[in-house]
Amino acid sequence: MASAPKTRLSSSFSRTSSSSSSSLNPHLKLGPNATTFISSGIPDLDKILGGFPLGSLVMIMEDAEAPHHMLLLRNFMSQGLVHRQPLLYASPSKDPKGFLGTLPSPGSSKEDKSRKISHEEGDLRIAWQYKKYFGEPQLNNNTNNGGQHDYCNDFDLRKPLERQFFSGMNVDCVSILDSPNLDALQDRCARFLSQFSRNEVSISSVGRIAIQSFCSPQCKYSNMEWHMLSFLRSLKGMARSSNAVVVVTFSPSLLPPSCSKRLQHMADTLLSVRAIPDEDKELAKLLTGYKDMVGLLNVHKVARLNTQVPVILDATTFSIKLHKRRFLVLECLNQAPVDGSSGSSYGTSGGCSGSTKTGTLDF
Amino acid sequence: MVLTDLNLLDEALGLHNQKDKPLPLCGRFVLVEDCVDTSGAFVLHHIIKRSLTSHPSSSVIFLALSHPFSHYDRILRKLGCNLAAPRDNGRFSFIDMLMLQCPEEGKPNHAGLAAIFEKIERVISTLHPDNKKFVTVMIDDISLLEVAANGSSNDVLDFLHYCHTLTSEYGFAFVALDHKDIYLNEERPALILEVEFLADILVNAEPLATGLAKDVHGQLMVLNKDTQHRHGISSIKIHNFHFKIKENSVEYFFPGTITMS
Repeated sequence: MASAPKTRLSSSFSRTSSSSSSSLNPHLKLGPNATTFISSGIPDLDKILGGFPLGSLVMIMEDAEAPHHMLLLRNFMSQGLVHRQPLLYASPSKDPKGFLGTLPSPGSSKEDKSRKISHEEGDLRIAWQYKKYFGEPQLNNNTNNGGQHDYCNDFDLRKPLERQFFSGMNVDCVSILDSPNLDALQDRCARFLSQFSRNEVSISSVGRIAIQSFCSPQCKYSNMEWHMLSFLRSLKGMARSSNAVVVVTFSPSLLPPSCSKRLQHMADTLLSVRAIPDEDKELAKLLTGYKDMVGLLNVHKVARLNTQVPVILDATTFSIKLHKRRFLVLECLNQAPVDGSSGSSYGTSGGCSGSTKTGTLDF
Repeated sequence: MVLTDLNLLDEALGLHNQKDKPLPLCGRFVLVEDCVDTSGAFVLHHIIKRSLTSHPSSSVIFLALSHPFSHYDRILRKLGCNLAAPRDNGRFSFIDMLMLQCPEEGKPNHAGLAAIFEKIERVISTLHPDNKKFVTVMIDDISLLEVAANGSSNDVLDFLHYCHTLTSEYGFAFVALDHKDIYLNEERPALILEVEFLADILVNAEPLATGLAKDVHGQLMVLNKDTQHRHGISSIKIHNFHFKIKENSVEYFFPGTITMS
């Protein structure tokens, strides 16, 4: 059973994961087409996308009315710090360093939760969520049980990250509020990324860059459309040749439509977050577990490094929920049987067949 | 070389008609347009493969602004076409412009693009005379060229005009990718309109109107402005079909005729 996901590799040209994964850093995961993934910091997002491939530019489109993009950004940053990966964080606030105090700390809730669900209602779920066990995205072909926790942590949003993780030398915070243009930030990024430039042999260290609210109007350069575009283009170019992932959030509503489209084209992985209105009766009727949702996540584009084949996901819209008000979970929107139960997390229902409950699901 | 595995895209591009010349795209300008949801890059990959395999002395000059060589190399290798060997013997000239930034400091805006064109001309002059007959010049992609030129679309347009003259001057094929949805909301999208006017063949990649599907990745509209004037009337042929992209090939089929294997 454990080898079942591997057989789903579609092409004979894909690298088999087993050969070199033993020597690989446990914080990395080999993907198809010679890509290497790092975790997004959200276990469910990793199950959907596999993680973020090294060398890619991930863009998150903000909702002007809600700060949900910060949830994704915080987890991404925390995961890097927990794995001792150097981080460069830029934001248009006066004190970007203060943001580090709001990062979540790793906790563990997943085990008891998933076990509880699989025991209590596992049999009932299988009937209508059955197809998901076959249609699992090809990307998770090499999560083995042991490595999974090393690769990705659960983060407790109510517990701040211990200082020891970010008091070291490996965190660099930049405020882009008062800088007249992006040249200084570009130099900082270039210097940061030069530590991770790619040599073919092995990956010794991995870097993360997080840029928050990139085009926000309080920045002085925010009317220099082409300057911002060319900054991102060169950032992407630099990232391509280094073992790092760049995550940029921006608000498309603040930009001219053509500029926003250009940014979307530049992104390797494109996500968007949306708030859901508080009292939308129509929507509440339509979706199960509506009251627990805090927002929606859309996957517009999945990185296609070294391949031309698009990744077609089973679903592109996921609801963002806070499990026990602490842990961020993503779920497929369930419209199916309208029963009282809240849907289960994507991870537990979406059939990451490598988990402990596989024994009960032998077909 | 006889092509045995012709598909609908080849037919729409006119590649099946090999009686007169091995690469029927010679002397023509192909513009590939796509959008955020559906990438049209696979059409470029297809044309690279066809160009390099059409004739032993054909060559490709590739201006890359969006991906490094390893990306294309890996894709083309899966399609059954090795890029490393033609690169080493000069048949595939890869011009890496990922970090290109023009204007460079202290220089006028158009100088950077002029330098690129000079680079192309230099590459052409170094080509073996035998290899000069069937050359394809390719740009991936125009929108990034605009960003590199700091938004000065007139300069980009001039540059594209220069590239376009290669088709008439030397009989080269010129292929470029652009993202159509960028220009949808612009008041005066001069660049895309002019480039579309120049193009002999327009390839338009779009998502399905009905949304995402596992088996159909999108649809292609190929508009072939035929240059052969029959009775003084130039004909325009339009081909519509769906496609599904795989690692080692792309399947093309008419709507509704997908064969499940």
